[in-house]
Amino acid sequence: MSLNDISRNMESPLVSRRSVLKGAGALVVYFNIFDPLTAVLAQESAEPEAASLDSWLAVDRNGIVTVFTSKVDLGTGVETALGQIVAEELDIPFSHIRMEVGDTTKTVDQGITAGSRTIERAGPQLRQASAAARQQLLKMASSRLGVPAEELVVSDGIVSAPGTAKKISYGELVGGKPFNVHIAATGEGWDLKVAPDVRAKNPNDYKIVGTSVPRVDLPPKFTAQFTYTQDVHVPGMLHGRVVRPATVAAKPASIDEDSVKNIPGVVKIVREGSFVAVVAESEWAAIQAAKGLKVTWTTPQTKLPANADAVYDYLENTKSFANRPVVNRGNTDQALAGASKKYEATFRWPFQMHGMLAPSCAVADVRGNKAIIWVPSQGPFDTRARVAKLLGIPEEQIQVIYREASGCYGRLGTDDAAEDAVVMSRAVGKPVRVQWSREDEHGWEPKGPAQLLTVRAGVDANGKVVAWDFLDRSFPWTEANGIPLVTSRQLGLHADGQGMMNGSGGGGDTYTFENQKIIAAAIPWVQPDPTPLRTSPLRAPGDLARVFASESFMDELAAGQGEDGLKFRLRYAAPNKRATDALTAVGKLANWQERPSPAREATGDVARGRGIAISARSTTVVAAVAEVEVNKSTGAVSVKKVSVAHDCGLVINPDGLKNQIEGNVIQGTSRALMEEVKYDSSGIKNLDWASYPILRYEDIPNVEITLIDRKDMPALGGGEPSIGPIPAAIANAIFDAIGARLREAPFTPERVLKAMRSA
Amino acid sequence: MARISLQVNNQHRVVETDPGTPLLYVLRNDLQLHGPKFGCGLGQCGACTVIMEGRAVRSCTTPASAAQNRNITTLEGLGSLEHPHPLQKAFIDEQAAQCAYCMSGMILAAKVLLDTNPHPSDDQIKQALNGNLCRCGSHLRVIRAVKRAASVNA
Repeated sequence: MSLNDISRNMESPLVSRRSVLKGAGALVVYFNIFDPLTAVLAQESAEPEAASLDSWLAVDRNGIVTVFTSKVDLGTGVETALGQIVAEELDIPFSHIRMEVGDTTKTVDQGITAGSRTIERAGPQLRQASAAARQQLLKMASSRLGVPAEELVVSDGIVSAPGTAKKISYGELVGGKPFNVHIAATGEGWDLKVAPDVRAKNPNDYKIVGTSVPRVDLPPKFTAQFTYTQDVHVPGMLHGRVVRPATVAAKPASIDEDSVKNIPGVVKIVREGSFVAVVAESEWAAIQAAKGLKVTWTTPQTKLPANADAVYDYLENTKSFANRPVVNRGNTDQALAGASKKYEATFRWPFQMHGMLAPSCAVADVRGNKAIIWVPSQGPFDTRARVAKLLGIPEEQIQVIYREASGCYGRLGTDDAAEDAVVMSRAVGKPVRVQWSREDEHGWEPKGPAQLLTVRAGVDANGKVVAWDFLDRSFPWTEANGIPLVTSRQLGLHADGQGMMNGSGGGGDTYTFENQKIIAAAIPWVQPDPTPLRTSPLRAPGDLARVFASESFMDELAAGQGEDGLKFRLRYAAPNKRATDALTAVGKLANWQERPSPAREATGDVARGRGIAISARSTTVVAAVAEVEVNKSTGAVSVKKVSVAHDCGLVINPDGLKNQIEGNVIQGTSRALMEEVKYDSSGIKNLDWASYPILRYEDIPNVEITLIDRKDMPALGGGEPSIGPIPAAIANAIFDAIGARLREAPFTPERVLKAMRSA
Repeated sequence: MARISLQVNNQHRVVETDPGTPLLYVLRNDLQLHGPKFGCGLGQCGACTVIMEGRAVRSCTTPASAAQNRNITTLEGLGSLEHPHPLQKAFIDEQAAQCAYCMSGMILAAKVLLDTNPHPSDDQIKQALNGNLCRCGSHLRVIRAVKRAASVNA
C-alpha cells in the first residue's frame, strides 16, 4: 500500500483550526478530543462562537480562505454554492475557497441542513461574515498602505489603491493569523443573524454568484478520491451489523450464540436492552453473523396495520392532535352550502421510502466518557445531542464529523446508524463501523408518512369558484426532533411527544378564493414500540400529496367548467405575481395549447395527454407541465417530457440548480408512478429493489427548464420545491389522455385501468 | 481461508481470504479500493459494478474465488484527478451527478459499453445502464456524458 493510499483511506484525527491558519507547508498540528495535550489546544481555540469572525473564516498566507460551516453537502452541490457566496463577497477567485463542513468542534451550529433552507438562511450568514471580513481586511490595508479604506479596491484577493502602485494581498494582511474581531450575532440555527449591519455587495455587481461554477466535489467523486462515510477507516476499526426483528422492535427472548460460533472473526454479540448486534473483525464476518444469529423475539404488543386500507381508515377516523390553519378566509361552509355546483374528492398518498442508494452507515469511537462519530447526518449538532443523551455524557465530550453518503432526501436511518455504532463501540472498546444491509434499510428506514386528503369546492352560477375547503390528514414525523430513535428506544428511552407536522403547504394556498379554508391535521402515530412504519421527513414533506390533491382538484374544477387548465389557474392565482409568472413561463416553455381537458383525440391503444400543476415550498415557486402516454390496454403510463418553470429568487449557480430540478422531476416521476411501501401485520413486504422499484433509464422523461432569476430578491431554496408539482402534473396529464382521475398514488397500471373503468 | 491472486488495475495483488467473500469486500477492505460501493449486496443496484475480463460484473455477488487470476478494473484504474480518463472527464464536463454514490458503477458500465460499441445511440446507452440505479435522478446528465465521451472516440 502506498503512502498515498494510507493517507487517503485513514481517517486522521482532526486538523485543528490552528493548523488551518498556519496554512500551506506549515507543521500541521492534529488534535482530537481523546488527546489531553491537544485538548488544551482545542480549548485555546475554543468552541466556535458566532460572534467571532474567526469562527467563520480563516485566511492563510497564500490567500486561501477556509470557510467553516455546519451546513453539510447532501450531494446537492450546496458546498460549491456557499463557496461562491463567500468568494463573491470577498472578491477572491473561487479556486481560493476551501470548505470545512459539519464538524461540531470547528463550526458554529447553523441548524440542520434541511427544508431547502441552506442557501436561504446559511447563505446570508456566510455572506455577512464575509462582508465583515472584507471590511476588516480593507481597514488593515488602509493602515498598511496609508490610503483611506473607501479609496481601495479589491480584485482577486489583492487590495490596491487605483492610480498608485500601492497594493497588498489578503494573505499578506492576515495570512496565518486570526482576525480577533468581534461581530454582531443574534439568534441561533436557521434564525442566526450574523453581522447584519455590515453592508454587503450589490447583487448587480456579482461576478461569481449567478455563474455555473463546476462543483468541487465531483472530480474526486468520479476518480474514486472522495471519502464517503462508507470509506472512513479508523485504525483498529471493527465491523458491526444490527440484528433487528422483521416487524416491531420486540424483545429478544433468547439469543443462540452458538449459531455463529463457526464464523471466524466474530468478536462479540452485543445485547443491551432489546438492542442486538454483532461485531466482527471483517465486514464479511459481520454480515454472515448478522444473518446467521438465531434470535427468538417476544411477541410484540404493537401491531402493524393489516394493509393500506386499514391505514387510510385510521387516518380518517382518528382525532388529530394538531390542526394548522394555513388559510381561513371568508365563510367557507356557508359559501359551500349556497353554491350552485358542489365538488368533493378524497385522495390517498401511501407510505414511501427515502430509498437511499447507500444503506445507513456510521463509524464511532467511544472511549470512556468521550466519543468521535463519523456520520452523514443532516444535523451534526443534533446527532451530538442525541448521542450525548444515549451515552449520558456531556455534548462537549462528543465530536461529530460529517462525511457525505448517498443523497438522502430527508432524515432517515443515518442517525440510527450513529447510535448503533456508538453502542457497539462502547461494548467492544474499539472503533466500530456499522453498515446496514439493504434489508435493514428498506425495512427500518423511517418512512415518508401516508396522507389522506379531502377537498370540497363550490362553484356559482357563472362558473366561478366561490368556496375551497381543503383538509390534509397526515401522520407526523415521529422520528424528527426529539423522539428517540430505534436504538435509544431499545435501550429504554421513551417517546415523550407526538412528533412534528408533515408540512402544511400546497393545499391550494397558491390561489385566492373568496371563501377558502385550508387545514393540515396531524394524526397521532407514536407507537409503544418502534415499527418499520415509523416516520420522518421525506423530500418536500407532505407537499407531493397535498399538491396532488389540490392541483388534481383544480384541474377537475377547470374541466367541469369546460375551461383550459392553465387559463383557469391564472385567474385564481392573479394576486400572486410570482405564481402567475411561473405558470405563464411554463406554458410558454411547454408550448401549451389552450383547450379544455380531456383531449379526446386518441383512437388507438396509446392516448396522449398533458397536465399542469403549480406549487410553492417555503418561498420558492414551481410550475410544471407533464406530457404522458397512457396505454389503454395495459394501463401503463409513460412520462415523455416534463417542463419546469422555477423561481427561487436570485440564482446562485444555474447549472447546479438545473441539476437539482432534473433530479426532482425524475424522483417525483418515480414516486408518482411506482413507489409504495407494502406491508401487512407480519412486516414490510418490499425489502429490496425488486419489490420496491424506482424509475430506471428506460423510463426517464426529458426535462426542460426555465429559471426565473430574480436579482432583486434573496436567494431561496432549490433542493426540494420542484418535486412538489410533479405527481399532480402527471395525474392531470393522465386525465387529459384518458378522461379518468387518479385519486390514489402511485399511478400503477392497475389503478389506471380501474380509474378508466369507473370514469 | 485461501490465497486469491488477482490482477487489479494492472497490478498483481494477492489476498488471504475466505474464498466465498464477495469480491466487493476484498477490493474495498483488503485492497483499500473504495471506488466500488456497497448498495444492496443483492446484485440489484449496480453501485458495486467493476469490470472483470472486459465485462461489467456485480462485485457484491461475485465470490473472490471467481476472481482468481482474473483482470479486474475499478474506478481507480481508469484515470486520476490529474489525468482523468475521457469518460471521467466527460462526467465532470457534464456535471453528471449529485451524490455520485452510484457513479463508479455507471462509469464502469459505460466503459464496457463504449469498448464494445464506440458510438451508441441514446437507447443503447439507456439499455446498457438500465440495471444501474440512481436515486438522485442524474440519468439525463449521465446519458449526455456517455455521448460526450463517445464523441471523443471519433
